[in-house]
Amino acid sequence: MQTLTQQSSRQTAPLGTRHTNNGVSVRKRNFGDVLFKYTTMSFAAFVLLLVVLMGYEMYAGSSLSLEKFGWEFLTNTTWDPVMEEYGALPFIFGTLVSSFLALVIALPLSIGIAIFLSEIAPQWLEKPLSFLIELLAGIPSIVYGLWGIFVLVPWIRTTIEPFLSEYFEFIPLFRGAPYGFGMLAAGLILSIMVLPIIASISRDVLKAVPQSQREASLAIGATKWESIRIILMDAKSGIFGATLLGLGRAIGETMAVTMVIGNRPVISASLFDPGYTMASVLANEFTEATTSMYLSALIEISFVLFVMTIIINALARLLVWSVTKQTTA
Amino acid sequence: MSTEATYTPSLKFSWRKLWNRVMLGLCLASALAALVPLLLIFFYTISKGAGYLNLDFFLEMPKPVGEEGGGMANAIVGTIILIATGSSIGLPVGILTGVYLAEFGNNKFANLVRFMTDVLSGVPSIVAGVVAYTLVVIPMKHFSALAGGVAMAILMIPTVTRTTEEMVRLVPDSFREAGLALGIPRWKTTIQIVLRTAFRGIVTGVLLAIARIAGETAPLLFTALGNRFWSTDLDQPIASLTVFIYDYAKAPFEDWNNQAWTAALVLIVLISLLSFAVRFVTRSRYNNR
Repeated sequence: MQTLTQQSSRQTAPLGTRHTNNGVSVRKRNFGDVLFKYTTMSFAAFVLLLVVLMGYEMYAGSSLSLEKFGWEFLTNTTWDPVMEEYGALPFIFGTLVSSFLALVIALPLSIGIAIFLSEIAPQWLEKPLSFLIELLAGIPSIVYGLWGIFVLVPWIRTTIEPFLSEYFEFIPLFRGAPYGFGMLAAGLILSIMVLPIIASISRDVLKAVPQSQREASLAIGATKWESIRIILMDAKSGIFGATLLGLGRAIGETMAVTMVIGNRPVISASLFDPGYTMASVLANEFTEATTSMYLSALIEISFVLFVMTIIINALARLLVWSVTKQTTA
Repeated sequence: MSTEATYTPSLKFSWRKLWNRVMLGLCLASALAALVPLLLIFFYTISKGAGYLNLDFFLEMPKPVGEEGGGMANAIVGTIILIATGSSIGLPVGILTGVYLAEFGNNKFANLVRFMTDVLSGVPSIVAGVVAYTLVVIPMKHFSALAGGVAMAILMIPTVTRTTEEMVRLVPDSFREAGLALGIPRWKTTIQIVLRTAFRGIVTGVLLAIARIAGETAPLLFTALGNRFWSTDLDQPIASLTVFIYDYAKAPFEDWNNQAWTAALVLIVLISLLSFAVRFVTRSRYNNR
């Protein structure tokens, strides 16, 4: 990867076109070359336009609801298709809480895995283990959802939630009836899904830290763990970027969350209660949107989701890129 | 790591060494913990899905509510048609954009395109579905396989573009120079020499992109919709394995739930085959990178 980005600054042959001898053009511009260049360029322009078009389509599609609700759309807690009143706050809340919960669970594990893969594991173990963890990223969201409904949710209902409410009831997060379906289930399943992303990028970031850092700390008598802590300090902005990429995935994740979160637009302090996310309201209600205002409100939700993921991803890539570039330059 | 020199360890108890052991142990534990859900998911998908896996599943149509048995022939064909539709839009765009970025991509415009490809790869799949809905379903006034294909194409483009660019860049400049030195025009050099050399790599990207969209559900829910009947018409709603899994998982019938597991197993096998194909394609040539 790194060598590739370096190559990007290379001059690729201005041959044929700018080949001049004493100011006299030696070769004519080949018509096929011009055609080829501009054909491929037009496809590149198409990709550029596509992203702009996506943003525009959603902006235009949500004009009705944008006009009627304005900024209040983001802060209103009522979602009532019958009364034609739409506020997206419960969904934004559900998306943020479930994603945050996923990160709280997945981040320490991912960093542990990344350290293990990059610093501790011998070569023969590292390759297959990396493969297995990346396999986790290849499982389709719908299969996670299916597993969530029939395995994870019953387990949460019968084991996790009773346990938490028995010993930790003093924390408001763990109060209420153990339905199984709810924020906790969504957070858990999301944590499994973002784990391979954060772990594999963090591993790459750790591997990009120069070997001399390890040798220097070990040479002054640091234990392995103390040396790892120094490497972690070097890699922290890259790991933060990896976390943001995981967050971007969690926020947009639809099927698995829809199948286990319970789908009720409420804002509740307890993780046992059902919730709703922006992605899952789209999945559930888009085909039911009978009025144009309803549809417009749903498209506005997807617009908000689009903007959120763009900001998060751009930030994440900038961070990961700055770390991996600086160490290999 | 082989950095430890031979030395006589002090036998004195040390908090630092204990802490070292504890933290390294925790790292190992977290690596093992990540394997638990993986094994559980595979275990349940195989044990619950394999029992209902038979020839009927591939050859029969779904039975009406209340009747046991039946298969998902239409969903399997539907998934293939959706992948083909998405590919026929997404692949030319992705590959040609990748070629542009690799061969002519040394300018601000190309950097902007690269950035937009990255943005596109972070867009949630459900948002791609919404866009396909506004672009195709609203003008056509009904759900269709074509709309599903458009949503899938949007999701394919970033993967294909990225891998194509990387693979074309790997072709050494001497190849291009050799072609040009023989008097072959630049465009022919690119197509016949550079792209042929990068062919395996591009195929890898294509397979990866197909593996990604084969498992997508969210963008199909309100574009291709789903269909309990046989349909191969691009203008009509079409069935897909993933939407079937979703509907059958939510259904209150045990027989349908079991079929959902079988469909999930078939889907996982399909995706695994694709990723094995990737390994097979990349093995011989790119092993030493």
